[in-house]
Amino acid sequence: MSGSDLLLEYLTKFFPILIFTILALGFGLVTLLLSYLVQPKYPESEKLSTYECGSEPFSDSRMPFPVRYYVIAMLFVIFDIEVIFLYPWAITFKQLGVIGFIEMMIFIGLFVVAYVYAWRKGALEWD
Amino acid sequence: MDTVIRLGLTLSQIGAVMVAVLLTVALLTLLERKVLGWMQDRMGPMEVGPYGVLQPVADGLKLFFKEDIIPAGANKFMFSMAPILSLVPALIGFAVIPFGPDWTVDVGGVDFKPFVITDINIGVLYILAFASIGAYGIILGGWSSNSKYSLLGGLRSAAQLISYELNVGLSIVGVLLLSSSLSLVTITNAQAGGFWNWYFFAWGSFPQAIAFVVFIISSVAETNRTPFDLPEAESELVAGFFTEYSGMRFAFFFLAEYGNMILVSCVATVLFFGGWHAPVEILQGPESLHWLTGMFWFTFKVYGFLFLFFWIRATLPRLRYDQLMRFGWKVLLPIALGNIVLTSIFAYIFP
Repeated sequence: MSGSDLLLEYLTKFFPILIFTILALGFGLVTLLLSYLVQPKYPESEKLSTYECGSEPFSDSRMPFPVRYYVIAMLFVIFDIEVIFLYPWAITFKQLGVIGFIEMMIFIGLFVVAYVYAWRKGALEWD
Repeated sequence: MDTVIRLGLTLSQIGAVMVAVLLTVALLTLLERKVLGWMQDRMGPMEVGPYGVLQPVADGLKLFFKEDIIPAGANKFMFSMAPILSLVPALIGFAVIPFGPDWTVDVGGVDFKPFVITDINIGVLYILAFASIGAYGIILGGWSSNSKYSLLGGLRSAAQLISYELNVGLSIVGVLLLSSSLSLVTITNAQAGGFWNWYFFAWGSFPQAIAFVVFIISSVAETNRTPFDLPEAESELVAGFFTEYSGMRFAFFFLAEYGNMILVSCVATVLFFGGWHAPVEILQGPESLHWLTGMFWFTFKVYGFLFLFFWIRATLPRLRYDQLMRFGWKVLLPIALGNIVLTSIFAYIFP
């Protein structure tokens, strides 16, 4: 199979996903539009104010939030990349033989070292 | 001509899947309330139609005709787009799920697989990727509402989603080691023959039962269901990230949540419980009836998982947020990692 045939096959296989995305988007937008056309619209300032258990909203809600969330996001980025590296290995596991096995055990060992470090540093605590 | 036929076939497939998913969501909203009711010794909805069966229609009509309020301080564009951004990934994940036998039929000179929209060779990665994109809808919806409850709900949801996403990714690696493929069709075909070949039992190699438990717990957390529904914990955050939403936009978040529930049930069925295969060969019936029995067993398993979701909701109390994060990072992650090491050692010793 030549390169352009391969590309064509890939495009044929991914094209339905593009159509599906467009249809799903269209479903969302059209339903919103139809609903917009038939719904009542009686805006008033009390109704449009932000919900805060009945009291007047007393500050803007674009406020600073705990840095904990950022640490979790950082850890996720690091560990998720390592997980994605495991995927190609798992797929080709049966062809790689003993070398591939040992290499990946070393890789998982490194993963564990990073994990233990994050744990000991208290990055996984939430308080 | 071929292109037109192919396009028509694909469009009808996508249409059928979308209608099926949306109808299942409608059915689930009723079933959930009924099942919860019975478990708590109540009747559930009884007013609309006989035994309340028309309740989803009434709910849908109410939401459709309800005023759609955009709060004064909200970022209008993102507030409007967030529900769609969360709905689309929940729907298009179904593009790679095989609902029935891996048949190829010839329609007017075009090879056509009737039971899967597209059999791409990175199916598992595709589903994981779009499951992550759903988190954007939630966090944008929470942030753009300009409400403190929404912001906190959105942040919590994002942190929870990415933490448990990791465990989902790790628990699937065991299955990939056994199947040597990322295509959901190939993974299903590899589990033919009987329930002992399903990767949950995996006769002759390392059973993926541990991976399955990690996967299902993480899936419950990923779909924001009780006991992990911290983002919408009504006792502390009102309704979490969709506090400010009403009408059709609220309905879209609802559709997305239930769509994701169906999607993870489908993925669990395909990866661990043999997809459309019957538990024993005899229940599959003759070759010509495989499409019927295949669809039946697939639906049966998916509804089994959905019932499990409701059952968990009726049984378990909500976790505290620090417990939730500790459980994900310090309990599930080492278990999932250990499962990979054990599976690969076992697969290496007994190839």
